[in-house]
Amino acid sequence: MEIYLDNSATTKVCPEAANAALSVMTDIYGNPSAVHSFGVKAKAVLENSRKAVAVALGADPAEIYFSHSGTLANNTAIFGAANARRKLGNRIVTTKLEHPSVQRCMDVLEDQGFQVVRLAPTKNGTFDTLELLNAINKNTILVSMMLVNNEIGSINQVDLISRAVKKVSSPALIHVDAIQAFGKIPVKPSKLGIDLLTVSGHKIHAPKGVGALYVKKNLNIKPVIFGGGQESNLFSGTEPLPAIAGFGAAVSAIPPLQVKYEEMKKLRDHTLSMLRGIPQVQINSPSDGLPYIINMSVMGIPSQVLINYLSERGIYISAGSACKKGHRSEVLSNMGYHAKVIDSAVRVSMSRYTTAQEMEIFVSAVNDAVNNIRTKL
Amino acid sequence: MQEIILLKDGELALKGLNRSTFEDMLIKNIKERISTLGSFSFRKAQSTIVVTPESDDIDLDEAVSRIGKVFGTVGISRAAVCEKDIDVIRHTAYEYLKDELMFAKTFKVTAKRADKNFPLKSPEICDEVGGFLLSKIRGLKVDVHNPEVTVAVEVRDNGVYIHGTQLPGAGGMPTGTSGRACLLISGGIDSPVAGYMIAKRGVRLTAVHFASPPYTSELAEMKVHELLEKVSMYSGRINLFTVPFTKIQEAIRDYCPEEMFTVTMRRIMMKLASRIAEWQGADALVTGESLGQVASQTIHALKCTDECATLPVFRPCIGMDKNEIVIISRKIDTFDISIRPYEDCCTVFTPKHPRTRPTPAYARETEGLIPDLEKMMDEAFEGAVLKIIEAYK
Repeated sequence: MEIYLDNSATTKVCPEAANAALSVMTDIYGNPSAVHSFGVKAKAVLENSRKAVAVALGADPAEIYFSHSGTLANNTAIFGAANARRKLGNRIVTTKLEHPSVQRCMDVLEDQGFQVVRLAPTKNGTFDTLELLNAINKNTILVSMMLVNNEIGSINQVDLISRAVKKVSSPALIHVDAIQAFGKIPVKPSKLGIDLLTVSGHKIHAPKGVGALYVKKNLNIKPVIFGGGQESNLFSGTEPLPAIAGFGAAVSAIPPLQVKYEEMKKLRDHTLSMLRGIPQVQINSPSDGLPYIINMSVMGIPSQVLINYLSERGIYISAGSACKKGHRSEVLSNMGYHAKVIDSAVRVSMSRYTTAQEMEIFVSAVNDAVNNIRTKL
Repeated sequence: MQEIILLKDGELALKGLNRSTFEDMLIKNIKERISTLGSFSFRKAQSTIVVTPESDDIDLDEAVSRIGKVFGTVGISRAAVCEKDIDVIRHTAYEYLKDELMFAKTFKVTAKRADKNFPLKSPEICDEVGGFLLSKIRGLKVDVHNPEVTVAVEVRDNGVYIHGTQLPGAGGMPTGTSGRACLLISGGIDSPVAGYMIAKRGVRLTAVHFASPPYTSELAEMKVHELLEKVSMYSGRINLFTVPFTKIQEAIRDYCPEEMFTVTMRRIMMKLASRIAEWQGADALVTGESLGQVASQTIHALKCTDECATLPVFRPCIGMDKNEIVIISRKIDTFDISIRPYEDCCTVFTPKHPRTRPTPAYARETEGLIPDLEKMMDEAFEGAVLKIIEAYK
């Protein structure tokens, strides 16, 4: 049986979600936009899923829009917000640790003439409150920051953003990419003072092909894709209903957050204490980060070699980000890590299904790798 | 309207009494490539091969595209077949080629009268058909020297074939008419091109790839499969042997001087490839080496690796610049696959400062430092895994 430790990339679909998706594919397969009763049945599934996501986010169902991916939701949020506030200012504040689906949007906005301020991270992968306060001014129209970093698991205090925005009476909208956080720590946009928030289905044991965007009531943002006008015109294209149904079911199946969080913390700490027995291992994740993610470097073994070695043994982990020759992890290099650490960095990401026994097998395989692989010349 | 495909064989015409063998091989190769599209009949006639689809639902666009990559033809045409009546010929030519002619400014008509019983002579056929097309399509002009569209009318024993401008064929000689060679393939840009070039001369390919997990990834192996699949669109079926190479590479790292890592590795690869080649009944090795491209491909390094081969080594890229190789790799559609960034056997343990002028004596001495090399080579040979690579299957 495989030991799957790449849950930040994607997760196994949980049985609840798989059943819900199957029933939509084979029984309730009508188009939710159709007016006949078969379509209305499908529409009911769509709205039930919307309710489930809304409940989990402490939001109104009317504030939830299903997109075809987390990336599309991030793009829509960022371009939508920039367009909506364009007349009020020119400055956008974000961080250097964002996911590419945010970073690349910012590059495009910069090309269009926006002034994009990218906050540098501190050593633990979060940001400095004072720097955030300094970056936001009256001319700032958008602040976009992830809640949990996908490579190292650091948790940002995104509730500070709305306070900073209020302090200077900035017209800024606040967008939070909560894709890695959702289902693991409490994510309540209204409580956090957030206008736009992104989540994704396949990171929480739903099928691939669905994300959701929370848009605060009375905020109008424009779409980035055009077509049949589904999801109140924000995400045109026939709704991926099997994935949406799975998303709703997966959200409902999330165990109580606090209890699970403590369990995962124990599992992470147990793993870390075992890893400490291997002198070549360096932990790159902050100790107060999300316990589901361990970013580590096995010094002297390039990321890809360790991934291949473990892969042969049925253990699946990943490099910090898509491993591309000559391209080092932007996140780790922006955090100031040495090239040698970055070249050996791997991400081990657990799910609520991961067991202590699996982590023990993983650590022992890392130990074998250290004893068997030498690449340095 | 019945449509057929006409193939002109080029170099085959030079082969004297062997000609029939060559044509039969060409037909066999084409059959292999298009059999999944439906059933076809084949006929040889006057340095042309006539391919006739045996049902109406066959995708002829795809058939032409596949046949266009089979070595041994110089030209391909899709043609309409009609009866030997000048009025029918005129109308068929118009109906069949009007879409092409309506967007052209100039055209000409050529006629070939293989059936001498046909009442009109070739120039008369041209006049009749050309005049009719001019009367039908406004603004079209005749240009006999440099026409945009050539309308060809071939009056043959069993019917008339009408076709537009001929497409170029893949050239070369039918695969299988010049024996078998064994290609060393890493996953880079050069080796697929080398394989393609040698296959073009009628040679069947066996391929050898060296895999060194965990230092090389599964993706690198998949890349080789995809590259060879592209090559096999031209060369036909390729027998790929993947040789487990990790132990040998680790031994090189452990026992040899760093500056000789690559040359030593390539010497051992040559030896193993020779063994597989001979076992496959191949009579040559093929590599993508290009003189001076990297340290292991200097004239001195090649001298060191060449002596390890027990068969002639063909290096069709030897005198080519990188950009010349890239042009071919783009043409055969392997470039985009080749540049995917996975580690391959050639990049593992790359020395920082390789020796560019090694001598064979020093290379032999270096290799001698590896204990149990013969045994490890036996294991690698025994452990080689065969995969048949064949496009369209």
